[in-house]
Amino acid sequence: MASPMKIRARMNGDAAQIRILAVHPMETGLRKDGAGKPIPAHYVQTLTVDVAGKRVARYEVGTSVSKNPLFGFRVRGVKAGDKVVASWVDNKGDTRTDEAVIE
Amino acid sequence: MNNTRRTLLKAGTNGAVLASLFAAGILRPVRVLAADPRRAAFEATGLADALRGLSAGTPAESADLVLKAPDIAENGAVVPVEVISNIPGTTSLSILVDNNPLPLALHVEFSGGGVTETVARLKMAKTSAVRAVAQAGGKFYVARHEIKVTIGGCGG
Repeated sequence: MASPMKIRARMNGDAAQIRILAVHPMETGLRKDGAGKPIPAHYVQTLTVDVAGKRVARYEVGTSVSKNPLFGFRVRGVKAGDKVVASWVDNKGDTRTDEAVIE
Repeated sequence: MNNTRRTLLKAGTNGAVLASLFAAGILRPVRVLAADPRRAAFEATGLADALRGLSAGTPAESADLVLKAPDIAENGAVVPVEVISNIPGTTSLSILVDNNPLPLALHVEFSGGGVTETVARLKMAKTSAVRAVAQAGGKFYVARHEIKVTIGGCGG
């Protein structure tokens, strides 16, 4: 089971600052292990973010994104107390959904 | 290596070649028309193919598209970048690393109050230009930044 995401959401002026850290190996499929065997690709492909039930961002992700990827952006028209729901799916079909509340 | 895909990429936008491939039964349409239209762009091994996969054509330079990135990255495994689009009507942003084996790093679409900016952390195999592409009202814009990498981050 995948580790939980770290989600930080905080009002800053008229917008909420949202930062999401997913815990994921983000293997490219191009690396080799110690014995010279290729390490299979294993990476997050999509990350969706909803605030108060509305989709605000949909990330599509490739292998050029770092291990334990961090995503951050701002959302207007939301308020403290709104629920943030983030959900990723990786290339093996694993998925993880976590929630936070805007501070 | 998936030879069918290579053939398809080489065929590019040449409809006649594609049609003949379909006719020959080499390509199954169901695979080509996958649910995610940008997956091919993510699997493209060259910058030109990746840009074509985004349908970005030749994007225009814009001073309203800001790409903040370091000039030198000591560790190519984690290179922080930030993209801010002040272009009115921006709907999506993409980030590409020119010299990576698979250049397209991420693509994000905003809706419902999402501000068109993003931070991300990239892997960089070697010194390269990084480019941000913004889509606004059917037009594409680009901003570039050269990053010198002292230790590559794509393994091997």
